[in-house]
Amino acid sequence: MIGVTHYLVVAAILFTLGVLGIFLNRKNLIVILMAIELILLAVNINLVAFSAALGDMVGQVFAMFVLTVAAGEAAIGLAILVIYFRSRGSIAVDDVNRMKG
Amino acid sequence: MIQAIAFYLFAFVVIASAVMVIFSRNPVHSVLWLILAFFNAAGLMLIAGAEFIAMLLVIVYVGAVAVLFLFVVMMLNIDFAELRAGVARYAAVGLALAVALVAEIIIAVSAWKVGGIELGRRIAATDESIPNIEAVGRLLYSRYLFAFEAAGLILLVAMIGAIVLTYRHRAGVKPQNISAQINRRSKDAVRMVDAPVGKGVEL
Repeated sequence: MIGVTHYLVVAAILFTLGVLGIFLNRKNLIVILMAIELILLAVNINLVAFSAALGDMVGQVFAMFVLTVAAGEAAIGLAILVIYFRSRGSIAVDDVNRMKG
Repeated sequence: MIQAIAFYLFAFVVIASAVMVIFSRNPVHSVLWLILAFFNAAGLMLIAGAEFIAMLLVIVYVGAVAVLFLFVVMMLNIDFAELRAGVARYAAVGLALAVALVAEIIIAVSAWKVGGIELGRRIAATDESIPNIEAVGRLLYSRYLFAFEAAGLILLVAMIGAIVLTYRHRAGVKPQNISAQINRRSKDAVRMVDAPVGKGVEL
Protein backbone atom coordinates (compact mmCIF):
# COMPACT_ATOMS: atom_id res chain seq x y z
CA MET A 1 0.00 0.00 0.00
CA ILE A 2 1.05 3.60 -0.46
CA GLY A 3 2.73 4.93 2.66
CA VAL A 4 4.50 8.09 3.71
CA THR A 5 7.80 6.70 2.40
CA HIS A 6 6.49 6.75 -1.16
CA TYR A 7 5.67 10.43 -0.82
CA LEU A 8 9.06 11.14 0.72
CA VAL A 9 10.80 9.45 -2.19
CA VAL A 10 8.84 11.47 -4.74
CA ALA A 11 9.59 14.70 -2.85
CA ALA A 12 13.28 13.79 -2.56
CA ILE A 13 13.53 13.17 -6.31
CA LEU A 14 11.74 16.43 -7.03
CA PHE A 15 14.00 18.36 -4.66
CA THR A 16 17.12 16.88 -6.23
CA LEU A 17 15.85 17.71 -9.71
CA GLY A 18 15.34 21.29 -8.58
CA VAL A 19 18.88 21.58 -7.24
CA LEU A 20 20.22 19.94 -10.41
CA GLY A 21 18.22 22.41 -12.48
CA ILE A 22 19.86 25.36 -10.73
CA PHE A 23 23.29 23.97 -11.58
CA LEU A 24 22.50 22.93 -15.16
CA ASN A 25 20.90 26.21 -16.20
CA ARG A 26 23.48 28.45 -14.59
CA LYS A 27 22.98 31.12 -17.23
CA ASN A 28 19.21 31.22 -17.59
CA LEU A 29 17.67 33.07 -14.66
CA ILE A 30 14.09 32.13 -15.62
CA VAL A 31 14.78 28.39 -15.43
CA ILE A 32 16.60 28.93 -12.10
CA LEU A 33 13.44 30.54 -10.70
CA MET A 34 11.39 27.61 -12.02
CA ALA A 35 13.79 25.18 -10.34
CA ILE A 36 13.28 27.05 -7.05
CA GLU A 37 9.53 26.58 -7.52
CA LEU A 38 10.14 22.84 -7.96
CA ILE A 39 12.14 22.77 -4.71
CA LEU A 40 9.34 24.52 -2.82
CA LEU A 41 6.83 22.09 -4.36
CA ALA A 42 8.89 19.18 -3.01
CA VAL A 43 8.86 20.79 0.45
CA ASN A 44 5.08 21.14 0.22
CA ILE A 45 4.67 17.48 -0.75
CA ASN A 46 6.75 16.51 2.29
CA LEU A 47 4.67 18.68 4.61
CA VAL A 48 1.39 17.31 3.30
CA ALA A 49 2.62 13.69 3.41
CA PHE A 50 3.67 14.01 7.04
CA SER A 51 0.45 15.83 7.86
CA ALA A 52 -1.55 12.92 6.45
CA ALA A 53 0.65 10.24 8.00
CA LEU A 54 0.73 11.72 11.50
CA GLY A 55 -2.87 12.89 11.51
CA ASP A 56 -1.91 16.49 12.28
CA MET A 57 -3.38 19.45 10.40
CA VAL A 58 -0.46 21.78 11.11
CA GLY A 59 1.51 20.40 8.16
CA GLN A 60 -1.17 21.57 5.73
CA VAL A 61 -1.30 25.02 7.34
CA PHE A 62 2.45 25.38 6.93
CA ALA A 63 2.23 24.13 3.34
CA MET A 64 -0.07 27.11 2.76
CA PHE A 65 2.49 29.50 4.24
CA VAL A 66 5.20 28.00 2.03
CA LEU A 67 2.89 28.57 -0.94
CA THR A 68 2.49 32.23 0.06
CA VAL A 69 6.21 32.79 0.27
CA ALA A 70 6.73 30.98 -3.05
CA ALA A 71 4.22 33.26 -4.78
CA GLY A 72 5.83 36.40 -3.34
CA GLU A 73 9.29 35.17 -4.23
CA ALA A 74 8.26 34.47 -7.83
CA ALA A 75 6.72 37.95 -8.18
CA ILE A 76 9.75 39.76 -6.79
CA GLY A 77 12.20 37.54 -8.65
CA LEU A 78 10.51 38.13 -11.99
CA ALA A 79 10.29 41.88 -11.31
CA ILE A 80 14.03 41.99 -10.66
CA LEU A 81 14.55 39.92 -13.83
CA VAL A 82 12.52 42.38 -15.89
CA ILE A 83 14.40 45.48 -14.67
CA TYR A 84 17.70 43.67 -15.07
CA PHE A 85 16.83 42.77 -18.64
CA ARG A 86 15.78 46.36 -19.30
CA SER A 87 19.11 47.77 -18.20
CA ARG A 88 21.43 45.07 -19.59
CA GLY A 89 19.56 43.43 -22.46
CA SER A 90 20.45 39.96 -21.20
CA ILE A 91 19.47 37.63 -18.35
CA ALA A 92 22.74 35.68 -18.10
CA VAL A 93 23.60 35.23 -14.45
CA ASP A 94 27.31 35.46 -15.25
CA ASP A 95 26.85 39.11 -16.23
CA VAL A 96 25.46 40.08 -12.83
CA ASN A 97 28.43 42.11 -11.65
CA ARG A 98 26.98 45.59 -11.65
CA MET A 99 27.19 45.90 -7.87
CA LYS A 100 30.70 44.37 -7.77
CA GLY A 101 29.69 42.19 -4.83
CA MET B 1 -5.52 -0.77 -5.72
CA ILE B 2 -6.92 2.27 -7.49
CA GLN B 3 -5.11 4.53 -4.99
CA ALA B 4 -1.80 2.86 -5.83
CA ILE B 5 -2.41 3.28 -9.57
CA ALA B 6 -3.34 6.94 -9.08
CA PHE B 7 -0.30 7.57 -6.87
CA TYR B 8 2.15 6.00 -9.30
CA LEU B 9 0.57 7.83 -12.24
CA PHE B 10 0.76 11.23 -10.52
CA ALA B 11 4.24 10.58 -9.13
CA PHE B 12 5.60 9.46 -12.50
CA VAL B 13 4.15 12.46 -14.34
CA VAL B 14 5.40 14.90 -11.68
CA ILE B 15 8.94 13.59 -11.92
CA ALA B 16 8.91 13.28 -15.72
CA SER B 17 7.66 16.84 -16.15
CA ALA B 18 10.18 18.13 -13.59
CA VAL B 19 12.91 16.52 -15.71
CA MET B 20 11.47 18.22 -18.78
CA VAL B 21 11.37 21.60 -16.97
CA ILE B 22 15.09 21.38 -16.39
CA PHE B 23 16.18 19.93 -19.70
CA SER B 24 13.91 21.53 -22.27
CA ARG B 25 15.63 23.96 -24.60
CA ASN B 26 12.84 26.49 -24.84
CA PRO B 27 11.78 28.23 -21.59
CA VAL B 28 8.17 28.45 -22.85
CA HIS B 29 8.13 24.65 -22.95
CA SER B 30 9.68 24.66 -19.48
CA VAL B 31 6.80 26.74 -18.14
CA LEU B 32 4.24 24.43 -19.75
CA TRP B 33 5.92 21.38 -18.23
CA LEU B 34 5.96 23.21 -14.89
CA ILE B 35 2.18 23.63 -15.15
CA LEU B 36 1.81 19.89 -15.75
CA ALA B 37 4.04 19.19 -12.72
CA PHE B 38 1.90 21.44 -10.52
CA PHE B 39 -1.33 19.78 -11.67
CA ASN B 40 -0.01 16.33 -10.87
CA ALA B 41 1.42 17.44 -7.53
CA ALA B 42 -2.08 18.70 -6.76
CA GLY B 43 -3.32 15.19 -7.59
CA LEU B 44 -0.74 13.71 -5.22
CA MET B 45 -1.92 15.98 -2.41
CA LEU B 46 -5.54 15.23 -3.20
CA ILE B 47 -5.07 11.50 -2.68
CA ALA B 48 -3.20 12.25 0.55
CA GLY B 49 -6.36 13.95 1.84
CA ALA B 50 -5.18 17.57 1.65
CA GLU B 51 -7.94 18.86 -0.57
CA PHE B 52 -7.56 22.54 0.27
CA ILE B 53 -3.81 22.58 -0.44
CA ALA B 54 -4.41 20.73 -3.71
CA MET B 55 -6.92 23.34 -4.90
CA LEU B 56 -4.65 26.14 -3.67
CA LEU B 57 -1.81 24.63 -5.69
CA VAL B 58 -3.90 24.73 -8.86
CA ILE B 59 -5.16 28.27 -8.20
CA VAL B 60 -1.95 29.89 -6.97
CA TYR B 61 0.69 28.02 -8.92
CA VAL B 62 -1.04 27.26 -12.20
CA GLY B 63 -3.32 30.27 -12.21
CA ALA B 64 -0.89 32.91 -11.02
CA VAL B 65 2.76 31.91 -10.80
CA ALA B 66 3.02 29.86 -13.98
CA VAL B 67 1.11 32.48 -15.99
CA LEU B 68 3.44 35.14 -14.56
CA PHE B 69 6.42 33.11 -15.77
CA LEU B 70 4.80 32.71 -19.16
CA PHE B 71 4.20 36.46 -19.46
CA VAL B 72 7.78 37.30 -18.52
CA VAL B 73 9.27 34.70 -20.87
CA MET B 74 7.21 35.99 -23.77
CA MET B 75 7.66 39.67 -22.91
CA LEU B 76 11.45 39.60 -22.89
CA ASN B 77 13.18 39.13 -26.20
CA ILE B 78 15.95 36.78 -25.18
CA ASP B 79 18.37 34.74 -27.23
CA PHE B 80 17.94 31.41 -25.48
CA ALA B 81 20.39 29.46 -27.62
CA GLU B 82 23.21 31.57 -26.23
CA LEU B 83 22.07 30.92 -22.67
CA ARG B 84 22.20 27.16 -23.21
CA ALA B 85 25.87 27.31 -24.11
CA GLY B 86 27.41 26.47 -20.73
CA VAL B 87 25.24 23.49 -19.80
CA ALA B 88 27.84 20.78 -20.37
CA ARG B 89 30.43 22.67 -18.32
CA TYR B 90 28.30 22.67 -15.17
CA ALA B 91 26.79 19.18 -15.62
CA ALA B 92 29.57 17.37 -13.70
CA VAL B 93 29.38 19.64 -10.63
CA GLY B 94 25.60 19.57 -10.68
CA LEU B 95 25.42 15.78 -10.94
CA ALA B 96 27.95 15.34 -8.11
CA LEU B 97 25.89 17.63 -5.90
CA ALA B 98 22.66 15.86 -6.85
CA VAL B 99 24.13 12.44 -6.03
CA ALA B 100 25.36 13.71 -2.66
CA LEU B 101 21.92 15.14 -1.92
CA VAL B 102 20.14 11.90 -2.86
CA ALA B 103 22.51 9.88 -0.64
CA GLU B 104 21.87 12.21 2.30
CA ILE B 105 18.11 12.08 1.81
CA ILE B 106 18.15 8.26 1.62
CA ILE B 107 20.17 8.12 4.85
CA ALA B 108 17.76 10.50 6.56
CA VAL B 109 14.64 8.62 5.41
CA SER B 110 16.03 5.23 6.41
CA ALA B 111 17.08 6.56 9.82
CA TRP B 112 13.57 7.93 10.25
CA LYS B 113 12.08 4.56 9.22
CA VAL B 114 14.03 2.80 11.99
CA GLY B 115 12.18 5.03 14.40
CA GLY B 116 14.77 7.22 16.03
CA ILE B 117 12.62 10.22 16.84
CA GLU B 118 9.35 10.18 18.72
CA LEU B 119 6.76 12.23 16.88
CA GLY B 120 3.97 11.41 19.28
CA ARG B 121 2.46 14.73 20.23
CA ARG B 122 -0.21 16.16 17.92
CA ILE B 123 -0.64 19.90 17.87
CA ALA B 124 -3.94 19.81 16.02
CA ALA B 125 -5.09 16.26 15.42
CA THR B 126 -7.03 15.67 12.21
CA ASP B 127 -10.73 15.63 12.90
CA GLU B 128 -12.38 13.19 10.49
CA SER B 129 -15.88 14.51 11.20
CA ILE B 130 -15.34 17.91 9.54
CA PRO B 131 -14.21 18.62 5.96
CA ASN B 132 -10.56 19.32 5.25
CA ILE B 133 -11.11 22.96 4.27
CA GLU B 134 -13.05 23.63 7.47
CA ALA B 135 -10.30 22.08 9.58
CA VAL B 136 -7.66 24.23 7.86
CA GLY B 137 -9.82 27.33 8.26
CA ARG B 138 -10.40 26.75 11.97
CA LEU B 139 -6.67 26.36 12.53
CA LEU B 140 -5.75 29.36 10.38
CA TYR B 141 -8.14 31.74 12.10
CA SER B 142 -7.39 30.64 15.65
CA ARG B 143 -3.95 29.30 16.45
CA TYR B 144 -2.17 30.65 13.38
CA LEU B 145 -4.03 33.96 13.06
CA PHE B 146 -0.93 36.12 13.42
CA ALA B 147 1.08 33.93 11.06
CA PHE B 148 -1.81 34.15 8.60
CA GLU B 149 -1.85 37.94 8.77
CA ALA B 150 1.91 38.01 8.39
CA ALA B 151 1.46 35.93 5.24
CA GLY B 152 -0.96 38.53 3.95
CA LEU B 153 1.58 41.24 4.75
CA ILE B 154 4.23 39.31 2.81
CA LEU B 155 1.97 39.22 -0.23
CA LEU B 156 1.27 42.96 0.11
CA VAL B 157 4.98 43.75 0.34
CA ALA B 158 5.65 41.51 -2.67
CA MET B 159 2.96 43.28 -4.68
CA ILE B 160 4.17 46.79 -3.80
CA GLY B 161 7.77 45.72 -4.34
CA ALA B 162 7.03 44.35 -7.80
CA ILE B 163 5.19 47.55 -8.76
CA VAL B 164 7.94 49.82 -7.42
CA LEU B 165 10.67 47.79 -9.12
CA THR B 166 9.10 47.72 -12.54
CA TYR B 167 7.63 51.27 -12.49
CA ARG B 168 9.27 53.48 -15.08
CA HIS B 169 9.25 57.28 -15.31
CA ARG B 170 9.16 58.25 -18.97
CA ALA B 171 9.75 61.76 -20.26
CA GLY B 172 7.38 63.19 -22.84
CA VAL B 173 4.20 61.45 -21.73
CA LYS B 174 1.30 63.11 -19.90
CA PRO B 175 0.06 60.79 -17.16
CA GLN B 176 -3.08 61.41 -15.15
CA ASN B 177 -2.47 63.69 -12.14
CA ILE B 178 -5.10 62.48 -9.73
CA SER B 179 -4.53 65.00 -6.91
CA ALA B 180 -4.66 67.93 -9.35
CA GLN B 181 -7.89 66.49 -10.75
CA ILE B 182 -9.48 66.16 -7.35
CA ASN B 183 -8.31 69.60 -6.15
CA ARG B 184 -9.75 71.40 -9.18
CA ARG B 185 -12.86 73.37 -8.23
CA SER B 186 -15.60 74.71 -10.45
CA LYS B 187 -14.73 78.36 -9.64
CA ASP B 188 -11.26 77.87 -11.19
CA ALA B 189 -12.61 76.21 -14.28
CA VAL B 190 -15.98 77.76 -15.07
CA ARG B 191 -16.71 81.46 -15.61
CA MET B 192 -20.15 82.95 -16.10
CA VAL B 193 -20.14 85.76 -18.63
CA ASP B 194 -23.02 88.05 -19.41
CA ALA B 195 -22.38 88.37 -23.15
CA PRO B 196 -23.66 91.59 -24.73
CA VAL B 197 -25.16 91.51 -28.23
CA GLY B 198 -22.68 92.13 -31.05
CA LYS B 199 -19.61 92.49 -28.77
CA GLY B 200 -18.35 88.96 -28.24
CA VAL B 201 -16.64 87.79 -25.07
CA GLU B 202 -13.08 87.92 -23.91
CA LEU B 203 -11.59 84.52 -23.27
